Amino acid sequence: MTELSNPIPSKPPRSQWLDVWDQFKSHRGALMGGILFLLIVASVYLGPLFWDIEATHIDIRARNQGPSWAHPFGTDQLGRDMMARMMAGGSTSVSVGLTAMALALFLGSFIGVLAGFFKRLDGPLMRLTDLFLALPLLPLLLVMMLLFREPLNAAFGPEQGIFILIVCAIGVTSWMPTARIVRGDVLAIKEREFVLAARSIGTSNNGLITRHILPNVLSPIMVSATLGIATAIITESSLSFLGLGFPPDFPTWGRLLFDATDYLQQHPERVFWPGMAISLTVLSVNYLGDGLRDALDPRIRGR
Amino acid sequence: MLTFTIRRLILSVPTLLFISLVIFLLLELAPGDPMAQVPLTVPPEVKEKMREALGLGQPAPIRFWKWLVQFFWIEPQVLVDHYFGTTFSQGDLRVISWQTRSPVMDIVIQRMPQTLWVVGTAYVVAIIIALPIGIYSAYRQYSWFDQLGTFVSMVGFSVPPFFSGVLVIVIFSVQLGWFPSIYDTTHVVDSWDGFVYQLKQMIMPVMVLALQITAQLSRFMRASMLDNLNQDYVRTARAKGLSEYVVVMVHVLRNSMIPVVTVIALGIPSIFGGAIITEQVFKVNGIGQLLIGAIQANDLPMVQTLTFIFAILIVLFNLIADVLYGILDPRIRYD
Repeated sequence: MTELSNPIPSKPPRSQWLDVWDQFKSHRGALMGGILFLLIVASVYLGPLFWDIEATHIDIRARNQGPSWAHPFGTDQLGRDMMARMMAGGSTSVSVGLTAMALALFLGSFIGVLAGFFKRLDGPLMRLTDLFLALPLLPLLLVMMLLFREPLNAAFGPEQGIFILIVCAIGVTSWMPTARIVRGDVLAIKEREFVLAARSIGTSNNGLITRHILPNVLSPIMVSATLGIATAIITESSLSFLGLGFPPDFPTWGRLLFDATDYLQQHPERVFWPGMAISLTVLSVNYLGDGLRDALDPRIRGR
Repeated sequence: MLTFTIRRLILSVPTLLFISLVIFLLLELAPGDPMAQVPLTVPPEVKEKMREALGLGQPAPIRFWKWLVQFFWIEPQVLVDHYFGTTFSQGDLRVISWQTRSPVMDIVIQRMPQTLWVVGTAYVVAIIIALPIGIYSAYRQYSWFDQLGTFVSMVGFSVPPFFSGVLVIVIFSVQLGWFPSIYDTTHVVDSWDGFVYQLKQMIMPVMVLALQITAQLSRFMRASMLDNLNQDYVRTARAKGLSEYVVVMVHVLRNSMIPVVTVIALGIPSIFGGAIITEQVFKVNGIGQLLIGAIQANDLPMVQTLTFIFAILIVLFNLIADVLYGILDPRIRYD
């Protein structure tokens, strides 16, 4: 019996995600962005549990107050607490961002995988993508808002209806970049040996896509997910800012900013808070995406 | 190259037709009624006649065909008539706005100069700023200048124009009082003071728009320069003893400009869309504000025509970008 030179590996095997995490940690901006984003999400969703003033509670005697201990962000022209409104607005804005991103991601990956995997579908689906890219998006979004607001409000109630409308409108108009990237990656992966091997043992198309191809295109999908959150939040705020988003008594960050511009001369700080919240969220998400892109790319990892 | 351009031009016709159909069908579902503002004392048969005068009351395919004819056949004739004094379009019905009851294209032509001035200046300013930043950050990768440039462009990406616009208004016109917060489009430049005033009122909208464009362009320029700086031909150029300036500014820059030029071309139509918010913030009565106003007033012919003009711009500049890419980069062959 000859002994193996090193029978027990000195280190436990490292999983891929541990490597990714190590690379991600070394990107300082991305780490800070991730922490900041988690903080914003936590304060927006969990904040109302600790801050028990209602966002819609009107206290007309305490209107137009500056920052104080009772109202850290001050109050607005109807005496509503700005901090509670910021939290309520944030939870709407972030929810819209996350849901619209999920919808766009699903559509984009679905169309991208179909176009990349099935040769016959490639032409028509990519023409469809080009067509959507050629549509003027912001005008079209505005038109969609104008058209479908009434019927959806009637069907689901004013808040739920407009939420569904905004999420669908943003999702339907922002899946194209994801579809293109995913298609390109699927085209490359489809020709690899492991796919051939899987096919040769009789894996069905379904199994090939879900077990072998999708996990390998996960990294571009994750990167476009983070960027998708950013664009969705900005689009929702722009719509609210143009007065075509949520109804006036239903705060979102864009809406708060829009309302505050009327009091620009007297109370400029009211513009500052929601604007800062939008910008910080988007900035943190962008940094997060930047770091993820580096961390998920095995060619950069380890440098 | 020529065949490619011609093929793309021909292909863009069905694309545009399809887009116009999509826009038309979307607007077809609109709940608005152009007769809603007419007083109730007007008898229904008169209302019916007014409706017909606006081109309504016919089935949708006929109205779509009429709009196509008006947009592609009659409006160009009007343009020819305007320039050469001919009478091709005499008596033809043009695309009429429901708000003002005047031809849509006339209003668009009135609004065009304001948008072109503000947006065009912003674009030029952004290009002038972004290219040197991109070049220098790539040349000194990971230096403090590069880090700062990355951060500033990230901020430029992240701050939406409705916030940066309001912010500069608060700082420069409310607090400091340097610039007017509202863009006065009736202002005529006829003297030095008038010119200074025009400059002052243009600074803020241009600044806001340029920040966004600069952020994107400088990132792109940097990435493109980085791709080229490690190429073999750069080492060859250095080995030949060329000065560092010639290596970077002639050899590397020329090759790096290829993708950047196409990105610049691609960005032009999206700027028209992006300017909607900036125009709204600074009350510039350009194309974007016209669209918002038309949407709020339920003026469907105006919305349809404007959206379609945006679509034409996008398709056109996509084509231009592709052709430019082929012309600038001899490695790319479309045939």
